[in-house]
Amino acid sequence: MITRRNFNRLAAAAASGLAMPAVLTGRAFGQDKPIRFGASISLTGALAGTKNGQIGYELWRDDVNAAGGLLGRPVELVLLDDQSTASNIPAIYSALVDVEKCDVLFGPYGASLTAPVMPFIKQRDLFMIGMFPLAGNDQAKHDKFFHSAAWGPNSGTDWARGFFDLAKSVGVKKLAILANDLEFSKNAAVGGAKVAEEYGMEIVFNQSYPPNTSDFSTILRNISAANPDAVFIGSYPADSTAIIHSVREIGVPDSVKLFGGAMIGPQYGSLLSSLGPELNGLVNCHLFSPEPTMQSAEIKSFFDRYVPRAEKEGVDPLGFYIPPFYYVAGQLAAAAITGAGSLDQAAMAQWLHANKVDTIVGPATFNEIGDWTTRRVLMVQIQNVEGNDLAQFREAGRQVIIDPPELKSGDLIHPYNKARAG
Amino acid sequence: MTQFDLFMNVVATGVLLGSVYAAVALGLAITFGILHIPNIAHPALVIMGGYFVVHANRFGVDPLIAALVGLVPFYLLGMLLYSFYANTFERRGRADVLQSLTLFFGLSLVIEIILVLAYGSELKSLTAPYIGSSLRFGPLTIPSRLLVPAILGPATVGALWLYFRYTNSGTAIRAVAHDERALSIAGLDPAAIKRQAFGLATATAVIGGAALAMIGPIDPFSGRFQIGRVFAIVVLAGMGSIPGTLVVAIGLGIAETLIASYLNPAWSPGVAFAMLLGALALRPQGLFGTVR
Repeated sequence: MITRRNFNRLAAAAASGLAMPAVLTGRAFGQDKPIRFGASISLTGALAGTKNGQIGYELWRDDVNAAGGLLGRPVELVLLDDQSTASNIPAIYSALVDVEKCDVLFGPYGASLTAPVMPFIKQRDLFMIGMFPLAGNDQAKHDKFFHSAAWGPNSGTDWARGFFDLAKSVGVKKLAILANDLEFSKNAAVGGAKVAEEYGMEIVFNQSYPPNTSDFSTILRNISAANPDAVFIGSYPADSTAIIHSVREIGVPDSVKLFGGAMIGPQYGSLLSSLGPELNGLVNCHLFSPEPTMQSAEIKSFFDRYVPRAEKEGVDPLGFYIPPFYYVAGQLAAAAITGAGSLDQAAMAQWLHANKVDTIVGPATFNEIGDWTTRRVLMVQIQNVEGNDLAQFREAGRQVIIDPPELKSGDLIHPYNKARAG
Repeated sequence: MTQFDLFMNVVATGVLLGSVYAAVALGLAITFGILHIPNIAHPALVIMGGYFVVHANRFGVDPLIAALVGLVPFYLLGMLLYSFYANTFERRGRADVLQSLTLFFGLSLVIEIILVLAYGSELKSLTAPYIGSSLRFGPLTIPSRLLVPAILGPATVGALWLYFRYTNSGTAIRAVAHDERALSIAGLDPAAIKRQAFGLATATAVIGGAALAMIGPIDPFSGRFQIGRVFAIVVLAGMGSIPGTLVVAIGLGIAETLIASYLNPAWSPGVAFAMLLGALALRPQGLFGTVR
């Protein structure tokens, strides 16, 4: 029978047992309290295709904890599902800060979900690593916000400048622009038009289309009628597929030297394997390609561990586009904490503004609004694709880096119809 | 390409797209138009049908064959759904529009989550010999990716029209829409007839899903983009008019492609609702509906 005295003895023994590891290691228990990293993640809803970023976060957490944690404390992730809905974001980040007591925040995915959190972090003066919001801090100009993706400075206009540099190099004079009405694509189109104007190109077609467009044959015929030298497209995965199908069915004029630019979808394994050789010749944006100019032991180690987990969890088995940059977000935050020697948000931001961080995708330095000081958006041309085997896209020579010059791994094949023919 | 050739191609594409819209909207024409059940889960059921076809396609089954095979399980699923709806709402007298909308909205979310859990959230595509090729008829270039699914719409409309017109059970379904009580007096069970109609409507979802998946890849949330358009088609056609659904869907397809080609594609989503508002102002019962 447990009497009050026995219970007190048992409780004292249990407390001693729990405290013993701290006593033996000479550290107070409070110091072992985990550092909590909070983020919203789109596990459901229209952006659920980005949930493979969670694997990036988790691999980073495991690596940090295996190496002894940060400031002698383990790292813990608090991830909440935002259902891809912007209206959920303010409440989620309030909960992460005020209820979950997170020490450091990662942003939600993309510009439309990041916009609602910017007033909150600016008002609370919080440190945040943003996840893919193109030009996400251009309005708020919060000095404690940093991008994990290498969009570069003036990203609203310049992130796809590589496409226009290539167009200029092959003598493009007339340009067609086609974009989805959604934010990312529309921004890309507006920025693209500005760069084209700067380069003296005539815009002979500039239209947008609604997100539920399923057939592009009519639009492609109109583009062909305008007889452009290059076609710059801002699209999302479903429409990217429909556009590529329509190109095969309707064709494009021989005058077109470059086709692509800002198409989301051909970065993902599912679309690469389903479209296969139909993608040959496309010149499109990317953030990582398995070309020799981008390989390193760190990124190889990342993908060696990412791929089996992605296959098990049924997410993008290639993972070139999003997951490495979720890992990078962790690396940036970890560097800031270690560099500042504390969790003081101002000190972390100050350190990150002043220092270079070596990440698995290369060195990162930041300007005053947290943009990477060097744009590292790739323009890759899809070449030599045969059949629909996904494994070929893990090899060099399929997503050849044409721009930027410092990462270039091959030459542009043009015109587009010649490149399509393989 | 001359202006006339371009116009002909635009109209042809509009006809094909409209036929696909009809295949997607047909189920709703039965549930909402005939049974007066606001089944906003129908587009989600269509996407579920698309996943059924994509799944079968992984084993090398042609999408058309897969859609035909899928008719039976989707018919049974529809009967099951109606039984649930009837037992929880109609018999308890709660089948008002708001309650029904809530139920079917919840159902569409459940379907999306089931699809995410089963297949992940990535886009899924079909493979078939006719996807990617195109046929040429003089100045017309018709993508087979549109032509084949476009045949499904008129074929299903034709089959349903014959069924409703020339079979006893079809006549009973039309009768239940007019006067449920009179049917009971005649010794027929309205619930059983409505269950059968709901089963039919759900069976057409697999046809619509196959058509959508042939045009382009689908994900569990693709149905959300279809809700506005299919409701507009059903209401504009005149609540329950099956041939009217096809005519309106084709008209909408042509209007959308003409606007996309000659004005701006960004304006095409407004076409369905502009047509709806304009037509309802002149004919509140819809273009092919009858005043009751």
